[in-house]
Amino acid sequence: MSSFVSKARVPFELLGNLTLDFFAEVGRVAQFFGLVVARSLTPPYRWRLLLQQMEFVGFGSIFIVLLTGFFTGAVFTLQSAQAFARVGMESMVGSTVLLAVARELAPVLTSLMVTGRVGSAMATELGTMRVTEQIDAMEVMAVDPINYLVVPRVIAGAVMVPCLSVIFLVVATIGSVLVGVGILGIDEGAYMARIEWFLDPFDFTHGLYKAIFFGLILALVGCYKGYNANGGARGVGMATTQAVVIGSISVFVFDYILTSILLIGAPE
Amino acid sequence: MIQVTDLNKSFAGFSVLRGINLHVRRGKTRVILGVSGSGKTVLMKHLIGLFKPDSGTVLVDGEDITKLDDKELLRVRRKFGMVFQQAALFDSMTVAENVAFPLREHTKLGPDAIAAKVKEKLDVVGLENVNHKYPSELSGGMRKRVGLARALVLEPSCVLYDEPTTGLDPLTTDYVDQMIMDAAARLQVTSVVISHDIGSAIRVADDIAVLQQGVIVEDCPASEIRQSKHPFVQKYLDTWFGKQ
Repeated sequence: MSSFVSKARVPFELLGNLTLDFFAEVGRVAQFFGLVVARSLTPPYRWRLLLQQMEFVGFGSIFIVLLTGFFTGAVFTLQSAQAFARVGMESMVGSTVLLAVARELAPVLTSLMVTGRVGSAMATELGTMRVTEQIDAMEVMAVDPINYLVVPRVIAGAVMVPCLSVIFLVVATIGSVLVGVGILGIDEGAYMARIEWFLDPFDFTHGLYKAIFFGLILALVGCYKGYNANGGARGVGMATTQAVVIGSISVFVFDYILTSILLIGAPE
Repeated sequence: MIQVTDLNKSFAGFSVLRGINLHVRRGKTRVILGVSGSGKTVLMKHLIGLFKPDSGTVLVDGEDITKLDDKELLRVRRKFGMVFQQAALFDSMTVAENVAFPLREHTKLGPDAIAAKVKEKLDVVGLENVNHKYPSELSGGMRKRVGLARALVLEPSCVLYDEPTTGLDPLTTDYVDQMIMDAAARLQVTSVVISHDIGSAIRVADDIAVLQQGVIVEDCPASEIRQSKHPFVQKYLDTWFGKQ
């Protein structure tokens, strides 16, 4: 009987431990974020490093965002046009595609692309610096590594991901118009008029708010994982993988949470 | 300059340092000798506040650094320079940028003055024509010398060396030992050397402490270490002097 009870407890203990580990990790990330906020408000302000990171996060990601944005707009238009043709409402294709891109696809897909490219690079770079004692060396030289390494990266993420999201939106619109008007032959006037009639400035700000938050989260997770890496090359590899996986999942989870909150204040 | 009293530290329930008492005299070279895993590096990281002890005090110039917050620790750390086991040079920076890094962070010197200081410190460690090289282009010994130049550039009152001769050939080891002694003599710095290399320790040390499984089992002037009666110290010394 007691053996049965002890065996039955195993899955519950496992679940309990996983839950505790999850909340402990969330707590550590929150603590790390608090530290980043505190250090970003105290001098020295590292403008040169911030510009370098903005160039890396923003300019370095433009090509993949251009490609992803164009083909997302183009494919989504193809799919929507076929669906709307069934009810004879092809003129609604442009507005529907743009609504989805502005509110959801631009911030989410941009963030996923940047997580893969930038979040992983941040985790690898900081992880390597951690395991080769470069971060310790910085501390010994009385230089605060959070201020020097993490703050510029997190701010660059929060500033550049919304900029990339806007680029994504513009390119997706071009892709949509080229396919909708140029290839499928939807009337250009109706296509554009519906966009103007249907879309609200809120649809664009909605996406921008989310992109700011996602940029912050993906950079924070990448830096957190790299900063706390241990165990040599394997540890750096694990930190990189976790930065991408956790960063990507966080984008989806916070997308739902933020959308729920933002829709409360949405115009009718 | 540094006084450690009753220092204890454990990680995940495993006791790494137990009741450490240690005095580092100003202007002298103190070697902490021990085998791998004896707690040497953990002890050294306590000396500059990279680790907080479970109990005990670390006084640096009379100030207990275990009670300081991160910001106050940065102020105390400016008294120290440190040469890491693998040099810990910033791999995205050139040699000159590595050595200049503390100057850029903590002084208002212009580019010319910084370049002059960098050259001076690289000369002290016997390196020339390496300014524009990256750490990955240097040998292990050269990286350690750049690490020492970087540690000395702010003219600290104390330099810490973490396993300075590990992985080096005998000639380079000899060169690094000479470099440690030169830095101590010429710049009047206090030195703390963490090592498992007995020959090197005896060459550079004024005082030696031997660490075994987190406990200091011997603490004496370097000249008296061979007279130690402690069985572990005798066994350890035999691995070196037995070969002489």
